[in-house]
Amino acid sequence: MTVMEQRGAYRPTPPPAWQPRTDPAPLLPDAEPYRVLGTEAAAKADPGLLRRLYAELVRGRRYNTQATALTKQGRLAVYPSSTGQEACEVAAALALKERDWLFPSYRDTLAVVARGLDPVSALTLLRGDWHTGYDPREHRVAPLCTPLATQLPHAVGLAHAARLKGDDVVALAMVGDGGTSEGDFHEALNFAAVWQAPVVFLVQNNGFAISVPLAKQTAAPSLAHKAVGYGMPGRLVDGNDAAAMHEVLSEAVARAREGGGPTLVEAVTYRMEAHTNADDATRYRRDAEVDAWRDHDPILLLERELTERGLLDDDIRRQVAQDAETMAADLRERMNQDPLLDPMDLFTHVYAEQTSHLREQAAQLRAELAAASEEADASEGETR
Amino acid sequence: MTTVAAKPATKPATMAQALGRALRDSMAEDPSVHVLGEDVGALGGVFRVTDGLAEEFGEDRCTDTPLAEAGILGTAVGMAMYGLRPVVEMQFDAFAYPAFEQLISHVARMRNRTRGAMPMPITVRVPYGGGIGGVEHHSDSSEAYYMATPGLHVVTPATVADAYGLLRASIASDDPVVFLEPKRLYWSKADWNPDAPQAVEPIGRAVVRRPGRSATLITYGPSLPVCLEAAEAARAEGWGLEVVDLRSLVPFDDETVAASVRRTGRAVVVHESGGFGGPGGEIAARVTERCFHHLEAPVLRVAGFDIPYPPPMLEKHHLPGVDRILDAVARLQWEAEN
Repeated sequence: MTVMEQRGAYRPTPPPAWQPRTDPAPLLPDAEPYRVLGTEAAAKADPGLLRRLYAELVRGRRYNTQATALTKQGRLAVYPSSTGQEACEVAAALALKERDWLFPSYRDTLAVVARGLDPVSALTLLRGDWHTGYDPREHRVAPLCTPLATQLPHAVGLAHAARLKGDDVVALAMVGDGGTSEGDFHEALNFAAVWQAPVVFLVQNNGFAISVPLAKQTAAPSLAHKAVGYGMPGRLVDGNDAAAMHEVLSEAVARAREGGGPTLVEAVTYRMEAHTNADDATRYRRDAEVDAWRDHDPILLLERELTERGLLDDDIRRQVAQDAETMAADLRERMNQDPLLDPMDLFTHVYAEQTSHLREQAAQLRAELAAASEEADASEGETR
Repeated sequence: MTTVAAKPATKPATMAQALGRALRDSMAEDPSVHVLGEDVGALGGVFRVTDGLAEEFGEDRCTDTPLAEAGILGTAVGMAMYGLRPVVEMQFDAFAYPAFEQLISHVARMRNRTRGAMPMPITVRVPYGGGIGGVEHHSDSSEAYYMATPGLHVVTPATVADAYGLLRASIASDDPVVFLEPKRLYWSKADWNPDAPQAVEPIGRAVVRRPGRSATLITYGPSLPVCLEAAEAARAEGWGLEVVDLRSLVPFDDETVAASVRRTGRAVVVHESGGFGGPGGEIAARVTERCFHHLEAPVLRVAGFDIPYPPPMLEKHHLPGVDRILDAVARLQWEAEN
């Protein structure tokens, strides 16, 4: 019997016809970033919300300038400013309910503060006074994450766990445009979609990963397009439009809460400052480009809208500016105090129970500290 | 709470069965214990350690994940943040490497970076080591990488009873544990009564598996049976070799090891992983620091060669065997006599 005859005798079930699982069209982002301010949609926006957003934006901008100044004074080791991106930061915080979780990257201090954390404890990492200045569980804010995109799978796992426990909790995870190239970004989106986890991924596309422009980062039509391949909707939003950001993120959060699964939101924005104080932005971008974005400033856009609708007068403006100034003065004053650190804390939180070799090393440090303090006492005695 | 049905001990159990039983008992006892990984569900894991768990506890408790190790461990971090106790399976030693960033940058230091507010009670099960004829990337001994990372416990059983006891203790630990399972001992059998599993051992205690006065063999995991065989063979030469099974590499049981070496005055560290930058260097240094005046000879290492894990047809030349151990012991005698 020939092979062909054998094959004829063996009649396997024909393969089923290929059927795409869903129509990708609803998942695809719009070609243009979604806008509210300056469009007809703005008329429907809640005046109270717009005013709240305005106050938060002004406060956020002031926080950014104050923190940048503190870097120059040596009070902060580093500060990645989010000037120009305040609308994304504020909207991310305001779109969440108290029981929800925020997973920030290192640039998202402002979202953390807008969520209600103490402005000083939000800077603990960047000040060099320990790595996290708050209890993540108390505020439902994960530690500011320095490695790129590694916090995204955490958000997925947490949201998944919450759902397994029957809790009505959504996780919102923030990442930059550069972070979308990391493996953890892809793995997190894939897990979230497969598990239908209640997660919202917010990509702040600010144009550059330190110095590398978006065109060298991805060949995709937009970062929001990446959602389609994982089977989740992608939304493209004007990241400088606080009202649009708030609307889109709130929708995505609501959808996640109702069991609709994850969403990828790309906010198109611009980083007005350098990556950090250690970076020289003039080496990779022209002033003209930065200037063009000045006309599209998130505070300016909202101010224009509020003024046109008669929702903003000088009194409100003055009050908002004054509140921001009070916050900045308090931040300045408290950051100018040296933090009290206990060197023995180096060994306190490595393990639940110290291992024997850490106990030995702790004893060594304790002896070194005692010797140093004796020496200091002795030299003080001599000077007297 | 689910009650675990009693199962009569009619025949010896394998290490894989004891590990499976430890998972099952932990899951039954504590609803926050979740197992996740590639193929851990319907298949029961490629080594069948998770056999039956998905059926018994449901797919929400024993979850087949997408094939992505960083994603598996990264989502486990988030689950732990929300109060669950994830047990993650990395299918093979070398497959765990994509998850290294999550392990090192987050799992190991989350407690520290949050000043104790956010412990990571995660157990990462990693089948490790060679001797099973595995093809490339299926036989690595990666313990040195894990040992070098502060914040992790590194545990490796060598007996059926320890496999059960140590895995229970690892899952119960509030700190992350890298639980290294010696693949070539998965099918090793011992008389073990699953109705009365051994009391849970605290992590971090070594044990003397065989007493002797001539020299101490310090070993763990897959090399324990080899060392016991070498000790038996050494009897013919008139040497009484003491064999110490570390069971836990981090924390390290300096007391048990030093007490043994002080008795015998000679020590050989035996492991499969490479010697250069390997666990043996650390162990030899610790022994020397504590026992220098008791030592009759330098602490020697018998380790795998410092090469990428060889193809299966050559692995017998790479893995430390009885003869290589006995040669080292002979060198200890020579050092003592000359």
